[in-house]
Amino acid sequence: MEELKLTCLHDKHVALGAKMSPFGGFDMPIEYSSIKEEHTAVREACGVFDVSHMGEIFVTGLDAEKFVNHIFTNDITGAPYGKIYYGIMCYPNGGSVDDLLVYAMGEGKYLLVVNASNIDKDHAWIVEQSKGYDVVIDNQSDYYGPVAVHGPKSEEVVERLLKLNVSDLAFYTFKEIEVDGETIIASRTGYTGEDGFELYGSHAYINKVWDALIASGEVLPCGLGCRDTLRFEVALPLYGHELSDDITPIEAGLGIFVKLDKEEFIGKNALAEQKALGLKKKIVGIELLDRAIPRAGYPIEVEGEEIGTVTTGYHCLSVDKSVCMALIDARFSALETPVEIRIRKKTFAGKVVKKKFYQKNYKK
Amino acid sequence: MSKVIEGIKYADSHEWVKVEGNIGFIGISDYAQHSLGDIVYVDLPSEGDEISKGEEFGAVESVKAASDLYSPVSGTIIEINSALESEPELINQDAYENWIIKVELADPSELDSLLDAAAYEKICE
Repeated sequence: MEELKLTCLHDKHVALGAKMSPFGGFDMPIEYSSIKEEHTAVREACGVFDVSHMGEIFVTGLDAEKFVNHIFTNDITGAPYGKIYYGIMCYPNGGSVDDLLVYAMGEGKYLLVVNASNIDKDHAWIVEQSKGYDVVIDNQSDYYGPVAVHGPKSEEVVERLLKLNVSDLAFYTFKEIEVDGETIIASRTGYTGEDGFELYGSHAYINKVWDALIASGEVLPCGLGCRDTLRFEVALPLYGHELSDDITPIEAGLGIFVKLDKEEFIGKNALAEQKALGLKKKIVGIELLDRAIPRAGYPIEVEGEEIGTVTTGYHCLSVDKSVCMALIDARFSALETPVEIRIRKKTFAGKVVKKKFYQKNYKK
Repeated sequence: MSKVIEGIKYADSHEWVKVEGNIGFIGISDYAQHSLGDIVYVDLPSEGDEISKGEEFGAVESVKAASDLYSPVSGTIIEINSALESEPELINQDAYENWIIKVELADPSELDSLLDAAAYEKICE
């Protein structure tokens, strides 16, 4: 077993009494007080997450725009400084290498923010694809220790407690700010369905931010437990669940981030063909008619035949229903289709529903 | 710190049994509820089911995980705590007050192989 990596805030999580667990190769806080309490804090007030396990990879050089467009499903052509794009890196067969954010940092410079569990794989993939392009790939994941501040009060909290001027940031934009002799990145992005910010800086800066927010008593420390319940309710995918090397972004319902009108990108032909011929399998939402909880990996059945599996499921905290996202045979994906979910020894009735179980509350 | 109470028996899988006559009340320990976190669902068996010692009879589910329940004794399930169907969080509030099933004991001598409070406290350390 490989030794777990520690984030720069690890000692603080332990001191706060967090339940710690391995995630993406890091020893991460799952919950401090309770998942429900932390979940509610983000929906109603403000919470802070250590997301410094995420990876930051810079792509710079004369061919940077062309290269990022080559490996990324979204279209960054002519991206103005400060704009952020969500998209997927695909294999030639359309399967997903990872989903990521691309920050346009000025001419010939892009920051790619990738999933913790995929940093090494992504870095190797990007380097391999970069042959023949005039670009430099620089993995800065060990330098940056981002934190995410989320919830309806986050703008006010970040401005007052951290003295950062962020109210002018639009959704999916960022700016660089000089603080204490270093340049930090503040972006209006996140993974909770609420308004909020992600702050990227040195370990020293991130520790200062964390301390200021926690000491205020106004911002609840939040673990990966509620990060998952929050993202799940608003149908944001998690790599390894709703996206994988075997699940394309089209199957995951992320077609709007796949720009098939772009000249070329890795996976384009396979994804275009999939879209043209129709999907064989698809990520859908399923609601149970009972309180039993559909967990990842549980089989979905129709008339006793297995037609798919649960990818993420919870008793949804914001709407008090047992719901899941599942990868199923697309022939059964129409809304209201009755299905059964096998949970331990029993089967429970459910139906296909829209997979957004809770409405996002972004400030646009 | 989790609470361990005297006068009841524990299984190393973190269930407890309190005996009154030939009836055993079965629940999960405070340590177990604390490890699980917010409990949102209890998968209860049916009244009348026969269970053997060590057999799975249901599950307790927190937000993040499902944890199977194993019976510390053999017997017949004579009652389930149906209050847990609508208020599973009662177990978080008091794990010893809120039993999950009542079992008519088939073999009271099985109790001898279970842990007392002091022995159970040691395995929770």
